[in-house]
Amino acid sequence: MLLSVHDLSFAYPSEPCLFKNVSFTMGEGQVLTILGPNGVGKTTLLNCLAGLSKPDAGEILLQDKPLSRLSFGEIARRLAYVPQTIIPSFDYLVIEYVVAASAPYLKTFERPKAEHYLQAEQALRRLDILHLADKSYRNLSGGERQQVCIARAIMQRSKLILMDEPTAHLDYGNQIKILKIIRELAQEGYCVICTTHNPDHCLLLQSQVALLDDHAAFSFGTHTEIISQQTLQSLYDADIRLTALEDNGRKLCYVRQL
Amino acid sequence: MILLAAAALAAACLGRYSFDPRETMAVIAYKLGLSDTVNEKMVTILKVIRLPRVFGAMLIGAMLSVSGAIYQINFQNPLVSPDILGVSSGAALGAALAIILGLNMLYRQLFAFIFGLFTVLLSASIPKLLRNSGNMMLVLSGMIVGGFANSLVSILKFIAEEGSDLASIVYWQMGSISALKGHELLSVLPIALCCITAMLLLSWRLNIVSFGEVEAKTLGVNIKALRTGIILCASLLTASAVSISGTIGWIGLVIPHLGRLLVGPDNTRCLPVTAILGALFMLFIDTLARTLFTLEIPLSILTGIIGAPCFAILLWRQKTMVQ
Repeated sequence: MLLSVHDLSFAYPSEPCLFKNVSFTMGEGQVLTILGPNGVGKTTLLNCLAGLSKPDAGEILLQDKPLSRLSFGEIARRLAYVPQTIIPSFDYLVIEYVVAASAPYLKTFERPKAEHYLQAEQALRRLDILHLADKSYRNLSGGERQQVCIARAIMQRSKLILMDEPTAHLDYGNQIKILKIIRELAQEGYCVICTTHNPDHCLLLQSQVALLDDHAAFSFGTHTEIISQQTLQSLYDADIRLTALEDNGRKLCYVRQL
Repeated sequence: MILLAAAALAAACLGRYSFDPRETMAVIAYKLGLSDTVNEKMVTILKVIRLPRVFGAMLIGAMLSVSGAIYQINFQNPLVSPDILGVSSGAALGAALAIILGLNMLYRQLFAFIFGLFTVLLSASIPKLLRNSGNMMLVLSGMIVGGFANSLVSILKFIAEEGSDLASIVYWQMGSISALKGHELLSVLPIALCCITAMLLLSWRLNIVSFGEVEAKTLGVNIKALRTGIILCASLLTASAVSISGTIGWIGLVIPHLGRLLVGPDNTRCLPVTAILGALFMLFIDTLARTLFTLEIPLSILTGIIGAPCFAILLWRQKTMVQ
C-alpha cells in the first residue's frame, strides 16, 4: 500500500475535534477526493498526510513506514504536495520553479545538473506546457500555474500526489483540464488524493471518496457507496439531486433550485 | 570580477595624492617581491591608508548586500534589508554601548552581533504575535524595533562623555571607513568570508527557502535549520560590517534588487552577482566620499543620495513587487 491511515484524529489547541477515527488505505492507480463543507478540516487532513501538521492520535504509514519517523527528505521522495497556489515573492522562471523538485534527491550543497533540467522539461512536456518553460511563473494564469505545480509534483518522482483544491479559482475549462490530468495520472499508476468543493468532480473521476462533515464524522468508500442524494442534501443543506445521463450512464449531481 | 579588480586599482590610485596606475602596480609588485625600485612614501600611503580602505570598502559592500539578499530570501520579502529590519540600528546600539564602556574591537563586534541578532528576532516575532504575515507588516515591525534601538543609541549619546566618546559614536553612526585599520579589517575578514562562502554554497537551496515554508518542507528541505543558518549568517555579516564601518544604509536593500534585475532571482547566479555589485557600489561610493571634496563625506549620506533614487527607479520597474 502506498498510504494507510489508522484512527487519525486532530484538534487545534483549545478547539473541538476537527476529525477523528479517520482510517483508509490507498494504492497505486487510485484517486481519492476529500469532500466536505468549508472549515471541516480537509486541508488539515491533507497537511497531516504530508507531514506538515502533527495529528493528535493515530498513525500514517507511507509505503509501510511510519510517517512520523521519516525525515522531510524521505517524505518528499514518497509523496509530492501541490498546495493551493502560492505566488512566490520572487520572479522565478517556470523551469527554475519546476527543477526545485530535484531537491529531495540532492545533497545539501549540491545543485541540479543538466539531467535534472532535462527531467523538468520532460515533466512540462508531459502536461503539454513545455512552451511555458522560460516564462515568469508569477505572470502565468491560474490554470497554467496549477499545471506547472502538477508538473513539479510529477518530476518529484513520488507515486503519491496530494493536491489541495486543485480546481479552486479556475475557470470551467481549466477545471475540466485538471480533472483530466488527475485521471491520466491515475491511469499511469500514480495515486492522487485531492480535496474539492464540487461533489460532481468525485462522480466525474469515479474516485474513492472521503467525506468529512462538521460533526467530525468521517466516512470513506467508493463514490457509489458514499455519494447519495441524501448525504449531499444534508452535507450542503441544499436541494441537490443525483441522476444518470441517458447516453453514457455517467452519474451527475446538480442543484434543482435555489 | 575583472571589472572589480580594475575598479579596485583605480580607487587605490585616486585620493589626496593621486598615483599613476603603473606606479601602483609597481608598489604591489614590490610588495609581492617581484621588483625592488619604489618610492617609499607611496608604499606607506598605499599600505597604511589606501589599500585597507579599498579592500574594506569592497568587503563591507559585499557583506551588506549579501546580508540584505539573504534576509529578503529568508522572509520571502523583497522589501526588507538590514536597515529596514532594524538590525543595523540594533548592531549600532551594541557597538555604541561597547564604545561607551571603553571595550576593544572584539567586544564591539560581539556586542553588535548579539544586539543585531536580538533585534532581527524581535522584528520577526511582532508579525507572528499579531498573526499578520504580510510584507508590509514585517517592514512596519522593523521600523518599530529600529526606531526603538535608535532612541536608545540617542540616550547613549546623551550620556556619553563630551569629546572622544560622543564624537566617535556620532561620526561612526553616519558610517565611515576613513579610520579603518588593517587589523580591524583582518578581524572581520574570516567571519565575512565564512558566511559569504556558506551562503554561496547553499545558493540553490536558498531558492527553495524563498518559496516559503510549506513548499520547502514538501520538497524535503530542512527549513528550520536552513533559516537558522541564514539568520545567523546575515546578522553576523551586518554586525561585523557595522562594527568596523558604522551604519551604512541602503546598500542591503538596493543591491539585491539590482542583482535580480540583471540576472533574475535564481540565487546560483544572483547571489554572487549581488556580492560583486555590492563591492563595486561601495568602492564607488567610498572613492566619491574621499575625492569629491577636501573634507570627507560620511558614507550614509552618499548611499542615501544615490541609493534612494535608485530604489525608486527599481520599484517603478517592478511595480508588482509591493502588492
